[in-house]
Amino acid sequence: MDLETLLSYDWGVMAPEFIILGVATILSIVDLFAPKHFNRRILGWIGLAGILAALASLFNLAGLEATSILYETFRLDSFAKAFKILLLIGSALVMLIAISYEPKEGMQEYKGEFYYLFLTGLLGAMMMSSSGDLITLFVGLELLTISSWILAGIRKKHLPSNESAMKYVVNGGISTAITLFGMSYVYGITGTTNLMEMGPTLAQLANSQYLYILALSFFMIFIGLSFKLATAPFHMWAPDVYQGAATPVTAFLSVVSKTAGFALLVRIIIVVYLSTPAGTSGLSAMTPLLVSLQDYIAFLAGATMIIGNVVALRQRNIKRLFAYSSIAHAGYLLVAVTALSAFMFDALWFYLGAYLFMNVGAFAVIQIMTGSSDREDIGEFAGLYKRSPILAVSMAVFILSLAGIPGTAGFIGKLNIFMGALITEPAHYVLAAVMIATTVVSYFYYFGILTQMFFRPAASMEKINIPIGLVIAIIISVAATILFGILPNIGFDFLHTNFNGFVDLLQ
Amino acid sequence: MNEAYFLSILVFSPLLGIIILALLPKNSETLIKFIGFLATVPTLVLSLIAFFQYRGGADLNRYDVKADWIHFGDFAEMGLFKIDYELGLNGLSLVLIVLTAIVSSLAAIASVHIKSEWKGYFMLFLLLEIGMLGVFAAENLILFFIFFEITMIPMFFLIGKWGYFEKEKAAYSYLIYNGLGSAVLLIVIVILFARAGTSNIEALAQLMAVENPNTPAPISESLKFGLLISLLIAFGVKLPIFPLHTWMLRVHVQAPPSIVMIHSGILLKIGAFGLIRFGMGIFPEQFQSLAGLLAVLGVINLLYGAFLAWIQKDFKMVLAYSSISHMGIVLIGLGAMNEAGIQGAIFQVVSHGLISALLFFLVGIFYERFHTSTISSLGGMAKGMPITAGFLLAGALASLGLPGMSGFVSEFMAFLGLFGEMPVLAAIGCIGIIMTAVYLLRAVLGMTYGKAHREFAGITDMKSVEYVPVLVLTALIVLIGVYPSVLSETLQATLETIMLGLGG
Repeated sequence: MDLETLLSYDWGVMAPEFIILGVATILSIVDLFAPKHFNRRILGWIGLAGILAALASLFNLAGLEATSILYETFRLDSFAKAFKILLLIGSALVMLIAISYEPKEGMQEYKGEFYYLFLTGLLGAMMMSSSGDLITLFVGLELLTISSWILAGIRKKHLPSNESAMKYVVNGGISTAITLFGMSYVYGITGTTNLMEMGPTLAQLANSQYLYILALSFFMIFIGLSFKLATAPFHMWAPDVYQGAATPVTAFLSVVSKTAGFALLVRIIIVVYLSTPAGTSGLSAMTPLLVSLQDYIAFLAGATMIIGNVVALRQRNIKRLFAYSSIAHAGYLLVAVTALSAFMFDALWFYLGAYLFMNVGAFAVIQIMTGSSDREDIGEFAGLYKRSPILAVSMAVFILSLAGIPGTAGFIGKLNIFMGALITEPAHYVLAAVMIATTVVSYFYYFGILTQMFFRPAASMEKINIPIGLVIAIIISVAATILFGILPNIGFDFLHTNFNGFVDLLQ
Repeated sequence: MNEAYFLSILVFSPLLGIIILALLPKNSETLIKFIGFLATVPTLVLSLIAFFQYRGGADLNRYDVKADWIHFGDFAEMGLFKIDYELGLNGLSLVLIVLTAIVSSLAAIASVHIKSEWKGYFMLFLLLEIGMLGVFAAENLILFFIFFEITMIPMFFLIGKWGYFEKEKAAYSYLIYNGLGSAVLLIVIVILFARAGTSNIEALAQLMAVENPNTPAPISESLKFGLLISLLIAFGVKLPIFPLHTWMLRVHVQAPPSIVMIHSGILLKIGAFGLIRFGMGIFPEQFQSLAGLLAVLGVINLLYGAFLAWIQKDFKMVLAYSSISHMGIVLIGLGAMNEAGIQGAIFQVVSHGLISALLFFLVGIFYERFHTSTISSLGGMAKGMPITAGFLLAGALASLGLPGMSGFVSEFMAFLGLFGEMPVLAAIGCIGIIMTAVYLLRAVLGMTYGKAHREFAGITDMKSVEYVPVLVLTALIVLIGVYPSVLSETLQATLETIMLGLGG
């Protein structure tokens, strides 16, 4: 490749990625050469500024039609843009929490890498949502995963943190291998790694024997990705990792990593498996392979919701509890993927957005409460209303939104997913019923936290100091959770005016 | 006042109170209680204005509000999958809104007995009022559901924080039963919305009335039937219908009396309202085939509640079972499926709302003084607190259906309706009416004239502010008893619409 071809690419479409990459590089260099006692918190603010700059440059690209560069490996279509907005906002909020993170044993010496690893993880996530090729897709996935591994173990002298990193590596390694195995089948059949070229090849697949292999590849990719989504059957890492990792890292895993996972999953299954006919003749030639596999996704979605919500009932550790809650929410999102209705993209995007605000907000409060003590029992929340009414009410907003109570963004998100499941013909009554029943089950543990905060007496009346970063994160999260709950059309209108129903996903 | 905002202000005016309360210092008890009461007044005034204007011949449609709110997907041009912010009134909802406004204001007065954290209490109280008003004013199902859930959260806190000994258990019991009820309700609502493309109640009623309507996804006859059964379960939890009632006993006993006034007076009625508005309104055909079942359930409720009320030692439990029993009469009236029956059911809803508010207010009065509501330990109350005892007797007489009071009118009409359709069942149900007299008189006489176990010296009878709710409620009960057309004329148009839907 000569310089001329290299320069002929429309590099502008990668501006947000370049900004993140540049800031991450600068941070790592500054961290390397800065004196030991240099306060590295400033690096966090620079990282935040980088994320916001990337967000601004993304909005600058909003009007652009779908563009592919680098031999179609990098695609900037409306789907990628919409999900990148979520990833960037999520990372910005996580960064705000991370800036105020101060563990018991101190982490002055790795504070720099703490910040720029979030950025490299974010870069991986953005590549994932934008990739048009199995190779870039996998590279993005690995970039995110490896950054997350290190982040999970960033508290080097904290035993649970080490344990969580170890478990995360082992589980992640297995799941990545499975995903890659699945991808190799797809490559074997189509002879290409490019997602856009796969579609037409698969659509004309004449040999029905290939279909079994394709179905197998689907399961492998799906199950491997379920690691990123924290859904059954690869959800077991979540409780241990969420518990052991530093709170900002937990927030990052539950929000950014999950969103990227869904972006990737949807892109693969829509582009590859929706264009493949389920059979060679008759009616089955008319139905996409994906539709014929719907029941299996539905089963996994149902299992995820049940496991997440039921096991959460027994948790006393707040971060473990939120891990199971996060599993449950991934299950709700899978319901939208199962139904493949006209509302799927809206529902996924809106729910992930709502989840981002309510979950990061909740983790911000958790960080304040567990603070430097590392006591993570839900009893720590006792009497919060007496100690700090505003903090208690903010947490209540997040919890009610997670529980899907009307007036919050969580309700509108659930309603939209729910509608999608019931509008298709035949409607997914069982799945919808499981979703709503497990939601009621979730009231038990969500309201358990509210009970602690509002009904129980406080152990100490010690004043709670909230660092500035967390104040900003909580204010933004509360405002967004309520705003999108009362005026959800702001979100839906934004989606429809700017992204036009993601019609360019397959073009 | 601009009529376009009339209903919105009526429903959301307590919000102003919430905001003012949030700014007050948390220790100024008197001020908080006063503001808390004051915040319920605008709604009361507005609802009474609407009531009298309607009785004066004005059209209720002029209060309708409609504004774009949410669009799901890209179907806005077709008018599908959009949820509007739409509020409106009809005779039935107007009556219930007036009832809500009255009972809320009186319960705010009854809240003088609240001992701690008045600020949080009144903020939640006012939020609860918004929820209740919205439930009755909502013109589409999703909006109805949102307001319905808004009542649930404040109730959880009000029970769990300001209740008695087993308050948290009661709060959870409330949450889970009602959570399941509203989960079932949400399934029904979303199925209708997703498959019909609209959640407007009138539009849905019209769609369901025609064969094979033009909807985005088909709604089969068996689906309709399933939806109606689900509605019955959802509202059966709220009403409550036996055997879905246990949560309600706990709430009656554990919640503070001012909240039980609202709970028993208004919240239980949402169940009846839902059955009439959605069950009968949207699925009239299927509803008719369930009429027998409803009547049987009604008689079971009536008798079960009455027999168990007979053996209770705690007066609050007597009233709780009495509520179950009286809700049986609502079901009986609905099951009759004729004009008299349905009118009786609606009358019972209003009448029981007033009577149970009165009785629980009285419970609040003597609980405040004796810290007990056990019948035997309150014996001889007539000697120490003659006025309270007198009103207690009046409330009990109204509840057992003494002619000249509201209870009589509603029971009479409900049974009139049922005798026309299912005379045998009605005859069995009449045992319940006798039992009502037995258990209420046993309990009330046990308290007022029973053997005295305590000294009443030094105990003050009703205080000035406590007279207001008692007098207002008693006056309304008697008013409806001697002049029922104050209600029936307001309800006339709505009843005709319902009867038209049922096929005349």
